[in-house]
Amino acid sequence: MKLTRRYRFSASHRLATPALSEDENRRLYGKCNNPFGHGHDYILDVTVEGGLDANGLVVERQALDQLVHSRVLKHIDHRNLNVDVPEMAAVVPTTENLASAIRTSLERDWPLAARLSRVRISETDRNIFELEASRT
Amino acid sequence: MLLTRKAEFSASHVCANPALDEAQNRAIYGQNANPNGHGHNYVLEVTIAGEPDPVTGMVFDLRELKEILNQEVVEPMDHRFLNREVPPFDRVIPTTENLAAEIWRRLVTRIDRPNVRLHNVRLFETHETYVDYGGAA
Repeated sequence: MKLTRRYRFSASHRLATPALSEDENRRLYGKCNNPFGHGHDYILDVTVEGGLDANGLVVERQALDQLVHSRVLKHIDHRNLNVDVPEMAAVVPTTENLASAIRTSLERDWPLAARLSRVRISETDRNIFELEASRT
Repeated sequence: MLLTRKAEFSASHVCANPALDEAQNRAIYGQNANPNGHGHNYVLEVTIAGEPDPVTGMVFDLRELKEILNQEVVEPMDHRFLNREVPPFDRVIPTTENLAAEIWRRLVTRIDRPNVRLHNVRLFETHETYVDYGGAA
């Protein structure tokens, strides 16, 4: 059985890659390349999968919430992804790369009995990114 | 092809394991363990897998599906206190997980037939929490 919890965070970013010229960056990323950055209210859905425990739960909600808060939300909510988040410093802070960094943060020493199944991020209502958990 | 039909029902429940004391239940279930119950507007999404019938062009008759969801879920559960009024939740803790599994059990025998099967039950307890159940693994 799978259980999904929804979280929200707000962050700013600017998309630009040092591999391309200023003009090429502007053409590729459009408004997302505007020099001072911009922000989104992101929605993060974290899905875990497993059997039910003696209490009829896949996962204790507080345990999952605490994990997501301490490993993810605390570090990115109301932050500038380019500047404030070390995991994003070496990559362009696209939501694809953000989903990947969040998955990595969650999977490292994953402490819960239920396993991580999926990470899904809505950057806006129209742009949604999904990443299945790594097969280990 | 997958076909999904939604239904809503509102119900109250208490989540507490009778084998545990109040403090332990509060640690596990949080406010869901408050003894007199509280309510949710549950949203149910039932997904059926099959191929369109060559004559009707339909995977499943949606009127029949609506009637099945009404009979098995909405009528027995809507505006009820699950722990007191809806078996098996007098003995089974009405977590979202157990509720999704019970809804699966009620629907699967009504829906499964040659070339059509119940594929997934998704139950939203709130906008922030939902469960997916696709039958016993």
